[in-house]
Amino acid sequence: MLSQGSLLKFTLGRLLATVALLLAVSFIVFTLLQLTPGDPARNLLGPRASSPEALAEIRDQYNLNEPFVRQYLLWLGGVVQGDFGDSIRSDEPVTALLANRVLLTMQLAALAFVLTLLVAVPLGIAAAWRAGGAIDRGVTTGAIVGVGAPSYAVGLLLLYVFGVKLDVFPIYGSGEGGLDRMWHLSLPAVTLAIGVGALVFKLTRTAVLAELDQDYVAFAQSRGLSRRQIRSMVLRNAMLPIVTSLGLVFAFLFGGTILVEVTFALQGIGSLLAGSVTFKDIPVVQAITLLTAAVIALTALAVDLFSFAADPRVRSRAAA
Amino acid sequence: MRRVPLTPALCAIPLLIILLFAIAGAWIAPNATEQNVLLGAVPAGSEGHLFGTDLLGRDILGLSIAGTRSAVVGPVFIALGSMLLGMVLGTVSGYTGGWIDLLLTKYADLLLALPVTLIALVVAGLIDGGYWVTVLVLVVLFSPTDIRLMRSAVMTQATRPYIESARVLGLSRWRIMFRHVLPNVLPIAFATMLLNVAFALVAMSALSFLGLGVGPGEPDWGRQLSDGRDLLSQNAAAVIVPGVLIIIAAATINLLGDWLQERFNAEVGVR
Repeated sequence: MLSQGSLLKFTLGRLLATVALLLAVSFIVFTLLQLTPGDPARNLLGPRASSPEALAEIRDQYNLNEPFVRQYLLWLGGVVQGDFGDSIRSDEPVTALLANRVLLTMQLAALAFVLTLLVAVPLGIAAAWRAGGAIDRGVTTGAIVGVGAPSYAVGLLLLYVFGVKLDVFPIYGSGEGGLDRMWHLSLPAVTLAIGVGALVFKLTRTAVLAELDQDYVAFAQSRGLSRRQIRSMVLRNAMLPIVTSLGLVFAFLFGGTILVEVTFALQGIGSLLAGSVTFKDIPVVQAITLLTAAVIALTALAVDLFSFAADPRVRSRAAA
Repeated sequence: MRRVPLTPALCAIPLLIILLFAIAGAWIAPNATEQNVLLGAVPAGSEGHLFGTDLLGRDILGLSIAGTRSAVVGPVFIALGSMLLGMVLGTVSGYTGGWIDLLLTKYADLLLALPVTLIALVVAGLIDGGYWVTVLVLVVLFSPTDIRLMRSAVMTQATRPYIESARVLGLSRWRIMFRHVLPNVLPIAFATMLLNVAFALVAMSALSFLGLGVGPGEPDWGRQLSDGRDLLSQNAAAVIVPGVLIIIAAATINLLGDWLQERFNAEVGVR
């Protein structure tokens, strides 16, 4: 039975661990400003005229005259309230800049994720079911290549074949409105889904294979249960390790959006990060890095809580 | 008669060609970086230029051959460096346990909490230190998986009878660790290193695609891709040649590494 106490204890423990992880990441992200060669104040000023007044103003705005630990705490205080400072490149508040672009990245990631679920999970199940067969060997080889494929090269080749040569997909822009947006995002989403899909295929195949190896399957077979009945038992149990690796999948997905957005010249968070790094727009870089880490850490937390609630074995391990 | 295994046989030929380009590229294509701005981007099949030229009039084929070196050398060093870290730290962590183990595991957890592409881009980009600094950053980013792998490989070995016998014989911990455990996990380390070369190759070229790592004007596949993006309708070969080269290099190394890993995993008994 799922007791209230153990769930509470587990939730609290994982919550604390997540907060600790994010604090560690936030500290590393904060030190990026110090890591960048040169005077932080001049770096923050960027190409603007560096008069003594302007430098003094920047030092004041970013608390650069305070001791290091206090600087960090003041910065963290701002971050918690959604204040990452101003972009050096555009002079806008970082939060406003991100708000303009976050939707496109979410749509791209969501489209790629849906494509992945529709293709990679069924393929993974089918491959595991007939492990060693022609389909299994073919798709597994494809996945080895796909998971390590350079998305930027694949994307440009797709862009050439389907955008220039066959002229069936748009080459530039991100489209207006729902359907047109999806139309413009289809090539980028396919590019992104190749890598993520290969990863999800491998995870699914491994999870289903591990279940098929269990004693209960042999027992069910010898009792004469139908393939359909066995399949439903195996899939239910294999679901869990697949869901558990969602954190990993999300990390892969968000890392991928950077390259795919640059490849297809899409104005999302990923291409903003790439541009900001080249421009040394540190506040923007800090914000995107920390937000990505937060999304991934919260996914991992949600997944852990889910598996704790869904799987009695996880509960007994946590209690032990 | 024993069958020749298919995967390594198929991968060997493209890999040898790429290796040849990486070693002898400067002799095969000595004029690769020679510009001819007046010529501009001519399409593939033009006279004297099998795959045409880029915007600066540089020959695409020559540039791609010369670019092999920067695409391959860095990744080889990344894989070597990260495996060295993995071996030393993983062996120590797996064999001694205790707080060293805890610390190293937490370090790996922290680095694995973020996408490698993102950290590499941010750190290498902000430091702005060129090719070898980028290599160093990627060594640090690749090491957690190697530390984990070597740790688990060593822990499986540590329970085997031969280690117990060595202990009974009174050999020192370090001697057992490096003279007896390490040689047994070397094959699996080698296979992983090969896989890391492929991932590092893709990551390095990704960074130069984003404008980091290699200097402007230097021949490099990633740089060629970002330059060639705007030439898709003028001379698509500017993108196709380096793009296909990166894809083939990554695919063949990955397939070979995976093939080796599967063979060695069975021997060493690591999952």
